[in-house]
Amino acid sequence: MTKPVKTTAWWNNARNRALMFQILLGSAVFLFFFFIGNNALHNLEQRGITTGFAFLKQKAGFGIIQSLIPYTEASTYARTFVVGLVNTLLVSAMGIVCATILGFIIGVARLSSNWLISKMAAVYIEIFRNLPLLLQIFFWYFAVLRTLPSPRNSMHLGEWAFLNIRGVYIPRPIYEQGFGWVTGAIIISIAAIVILKRWATKRQENTGEQFPVLLTSLGIVTILPTIAYFATGTPLHWELPQLKGFNFRGGITVIPELAALLAALTVYTASLIAEIVRSGILSVSHGQTEAARALGVRQGKILRLVIIPQAMRVIIPQMTSQYLNLVKNSSLAAAIGYPDLVSVFAGTTLNQTGQAIEVISMTMAVYLTISLTISFFMNWYNARILLKER
Amino acid sequence: MLLISKRDILRMKKMSFIMVAVFLMISASLAVAGTLDEVKKRGQLVCGVSTGLPGFSATDEKGVWKGLDVDGCKIIAAAVLGDISKIKYVPLNSKERFTALQSGEIDLLVRGTTWTLHRDTALGLNFAATNYYDGQGFMVKKKLAVKSAKELDGAAICIQSGTTTELNLADYFTENKMKYEAVVFDTHDQTMQGFEAGRCDVLTSDQSQLYGLRTHMKNPAEAVMLPEIISKEPLGSVVRQGDDEWFNVVRWSFYAMLNAEEMGVTSKNVDEMKKSTNPNIRRLLGLEGDKGQSLNLPDDWSYQIIKQVGNYGESFERNVGMDSPLKIARGLNAQWNKGGIQYGPPMR
Repeated sequence: MTKPVKTTAWWNNARNRALMFQILLGSAVFLFFFFIGNNALHNLEQRGITTGFAFLKQKAGFGIIQSLIPYTEASTYARTFVVGLVNTLLVSAMGIVCATILGFIIGVARLSSNWLISKMAAVYIEIFRNLPLLLQIFFWYFAVLRTLPSPRNSMHLGEWAFLNIRGVYIPRPIYEQGFGWVTGAIIISIAAIVILKRWATKRQENTGEQFPVLLTSLGIVTILPTIAYFATGTPLHWELPQLKGFNFRGGITVIPELAALLAALTVYTASLIAEIVRSGILSVSHGQTEAARALGVRQGKILRLVIIPQAMRVIIPQMTSQYLNLVKNSSLAAAIGYPDLVSVFAGTTLNQTGQAIEVISMTMAVYLTISLTISFFMNWYNARILLKER
Repeated sequence: MLLISKRDILRMKKMSFIMVAVFLMISASLAVAGTLDEVKKRGQLVCGVSTGLPGFSATDEKGVWKGLDVDGCKIIAAAVLGDISKIKYVPLNSKERFTALQSGEIDLLVRGTTWTLHRDTALGLNFAATNYYDGQGFMVKKKLAVKSAKELDGAAICIQSGTTTELNLADYFTENKMKYEAVVFDTHDQTMQGFEAGRCDVLTSDQSQLYGLRTHMKNPAEAVMLPEIISKEPLGSVVRQGDDEWFNVVRWSFYAMLNAEEMGVTSKNVDEMKKSTNPNIRRLLGLEGDKGQSLNLPDDWSYQIIKQVGNYGESFERNVGMDSPLKIARGLNAQWNKGGIQYGPPMR
């Protein structure tokens, strides 16, 4: 380190100056937020508006149509937060899975050498990515689902499943004693498959001999749990939905709000993902395909082993932002009454308690956390599949 | 190389404390000015109403706001500005309404808002006048052949989010040990669509709103009201807490309407009534007594209300009563001496 020249004043030293500006900027930012926060608190107090998070412990006293965790009218406002959060996560997770699958299929179909398939995929993409999402949600909810019959005229699949304007009703599994063995068998067979896969890969690397992993896996995963199921005396029964009074009772209900929202989110996001997949595949030089063909690799394997892994490097970063969009777009649920976080917590709870600042900041914190988590995982995955330079 | 001494840091800290103090002082002096003065200076009243509820606040085919709640805005504009056209209407859904009032975006909220302890205290609001005494009811499709709310076990119920209705409904069903499915929508329109399309068996809301919404159905005869009224819903004008002058203006503008009806003063005969020798009527019309002084309003404030909007009875019949498609009977909203509970304190 060079000694600072004595004749220069300390404020002329570049390092000190930089530090000073950092401190100045930092305190300005701090002061700004401090001022805003303080001012808000001050004004709230002056107008006699209650603040703080004590409301979370109070009884909510309103019903929510769909809850994956136990919830009644006697639950607290904190519980409504969790119910809303779980519902948001549910529709987001299902949306991400469905949109990814559909998007990949359409993206690949778009590049198909079959003229009809390729054009159909193109039409799909152009229609759905160019219409506003809210409009699509309304379309599914108000146009498509409204054509379904009333509960008393439900469409049905024997006595098992029913479909009407109130939703889809399917049987609920009831687990009895001994079902733990079946679950155990499933876990064991999955573990066995993982081990088998490792062994097969190693063997192929060493000897070049291939092993039919897929078929064997399917065998293991069906046979082992089936044996356990019958050995423990069929410990699984089904609760069938039955029409009682106004609606079906029993079984599992998929409410139409969830179906409409999921359909809209999937179809819309899939159209964007399809384009990302197409761009990813096109980014892989055609020479790679030709080289693989020259080695005698089959068409399906070329796609799976040569093209897709390289395309992923282009696809993943863009995919991350689509996933983030999907999660954030799920908040449009409020428009059709799906009980997500925005509808339940930033809607009903906000209004019943009147504590807008607390409720909105909690809601924002949730979306931020979800988005950052997705981002983190996708970045980790991206780093994993990056071209390894040795 | 750190050349800032500890003393410098201390000095900076001290300075930031001074700055914070200054900021706080500024913010303290930024406190709300009187709403009355603000409205007078602006020359316009900003009034929060519903996003469209026939009879209470809805636009007609020409886009003009009409209804009982809209009249609740108009009387204030008449009293303060002498002109009922000087109003900016802000349509709000039930979720937005309180924030809009608390933040000062609107001067006054007249949007079928139920007066409750929680809202009156913890939300920093004041309920100045009750322009409609209501109760929560149920509307069902005729073909379900339901005669009583007690038969609604297991029904799907359409409801508007963020209302006292949601809470009453839960209480009622819990008390009667029945189950229900709440399908929650944002606006009156969406709730109605859900009911019409058959997503729910039942639509619940304040009964007056049910009557209003029914007139907008494709076939109003398809729906019937159930006899049960499960709650008290005093609906009225809401202002911010801590502005007594404005609170008084809103409260007494409504009482002027009530007193006018009681004394038989209408928009048609108000000019003649100016010649009346009845001291009560003379005080009502600002010809004697306190006039507008104590309210900080022009002397003819109540005259303008009656002339431009009419008395309470006129407003009621025109918007929701027998002269309207809703055909709601006065019931609880009749004058106190005619079997109702609308009671205007003496103006003297």
